[in-house]
Amino acid sequence: MSNLVEIRDLQFSYGERSILSNLRMDFPRGKLIAVMGGSGCGKTTVLRLIGGQIRPQRGQVRVNGEVVNELNTAGLYRLRRRMGMLFQFGALFTDLTIFDNVAFPLREHTDLPEELIRDLVLMKLNAVGLRNAHRLKPGEISGGMARRVAVARAIALDPELIMYDEPFAGLDPISMGVTANLIRNLNDALGSTSILVSHDVKETFAIADYVYFMSAGKIVAEGTPAELRVSQDPYVKQFVNAEPDGPVPFHYPGKSLSDDLGLGGKR
Amino acid sequence: MIRALEASGRWTREGLESLGFATRAFFNLLRYSPGAFRRPTLITEQIHFIGNYSLVITIVSGLFVGLVLGLQFYVNLIQFGAEEKLGPLTALSLVRELGPVVTALLFAGRAGTSLTAEIGLMKAGEQLTAMEMMAVNPVQRVLAPRFWGGVIAMPVLATVFSAVGIIGSYLVGVKMLGLDEGAFWSQMQAGVDVNRDVLSSVIKSFVFGIAVTFTALFQGYHVKPTPADVARATTRTVVIASLLVLGLDFVMTAMMFGQ
Repeated sequence: MSNLVEIRDLQFSYGERSILSNLRMDFPRGKLIAVMGGSGCGKTTVLRLIGGQIRPQRGQVRVNGEVVNELNTAGLYRLRRRMGMLFQFGALFTDLTIFDNVAFPLREHTDLPEELIRDLVLMKLNAVGLRNAHRLKPGEISGGMARRVAVARAIALDPELIMYDEPFAGLDPISMGVTANLIRNLNDALGSTSILVSHDVKETFAIADYVYFMSAGKIVAEGTPAELRVSQDPYVKQFVNAEPDGPVPFHYPGKSLSDDLGLGGKR
Repeated sequence: MIRALEASGRWTREGLESLGFATRAFFNLLRYSPGAFRRPTLITEQIHFIGNYSLVITIVSGLFVGLVLGLQFYVNLIQFGAEEKLGPLTALSLVRELGPVVTALLFAGRAGTSLTAEIGLMKAGEQLTAMEMMAVNPVQRVLAPRFWGGVIAMPVLATVFSAVGIIGSYLVGVKMLGLDEGAFWSQMQAGVDVNRDVLSSVIKSFVFGIAVTFTALFQGYHVKPTPADVARATTRTVVIASLLVLGLDFVMTAMMFGQ
């Protein structure tokens, strides 16, 4: 099976601060691939590099055979028409209704008549269970519902690639389950490829086909959820079992407590 | 001494960098403007919104400025027996200077700050990034329609300000203080030249519209996405836009009316 997205020898840094180094990842077509890891490990940066929002210092990001980091603005926009992205907090347009939010990409990129746009938008909203809320504004719905509207907007143009940035962050258990099922079902129904960035183990393992674990800008483990559940890798064990101490230390690095308390030498 | 030189060098370099950055942003805005004009409803919507933001404050301010001008001019002109010159004097003051300048200052405080806060909050809420990821250029879709909306609304608002101000002066001079109505209007008609005065007013307010609206959009678009920086950016909009308006007014007045 060919890969829709390929990342090779990727190096990215903000000034002197290295964010990603020697990254190599594959995202096969039709699969739901999760990228997991603690806060600040570079997960979202990977999505931004795939979307061409930022450019790496070294290496390549290929989407559908095109090197994203070598495309000009017009090329990037052409490529992005085949992508959908869900932002962490939805990023809905607050001055538009839910209907107009979902209709936005259709109106911008197609010449479809308004009647057809209406039908398409209502179908997309029906898929996320919010058809009857289409007249409301984003400020009138809950965070979980806003996330689902953002999903409907992301799939408005039936993209080949859908990227989800922390779709479960801040959701209650019901909304979390609903969103997880939605991501899986949409991936299968649309035949698209999904990249899910998350640190929520339970929901992600329930729906992902393959998982990459990242730490400090590197891939530290990868495999199917079943393989990772029984992994003996210390980082994966700590992360999957939510252990407070391990390769990711509980204490911020620095002097020991005994040094700070003046108990010389005792630790 | 060395430190002072270093600091002045750094400020000069940073100032030139900022100026260059703003100039590039301005030409980028112009570059994507034809795309906005291909969808005129986006611009007419913004003329409506931006014009409405400032309409009430413009009318009220225009009326009071006109009332005060009428009173002050009358009290002084009557000492020389020249009270019939109230009409042209008020009209020239409003049309040439106060209309464009005061409207631009009000526009910066009302519509300018709204634009900066709106764009800044869109940026903070990742709405502009979301738009880019949907392959929609935010400069063309969001900034250009607002820019031209502001640029077109500004001369209309300045005209409203001047017209309401003249009515205010009429109310004081003619209705309250008993100046002859015919003298008021005929002297005004004779004293105000369409090309020299009215056209210069339109040109001034058009230039002020460019300066104020661009400043507001630039400050909003390049804000750091934090509540504190959005607040600072709205303040910067008022300060920079007001200074630009006053500076440009002097330059344009010298060019238009200087001998």
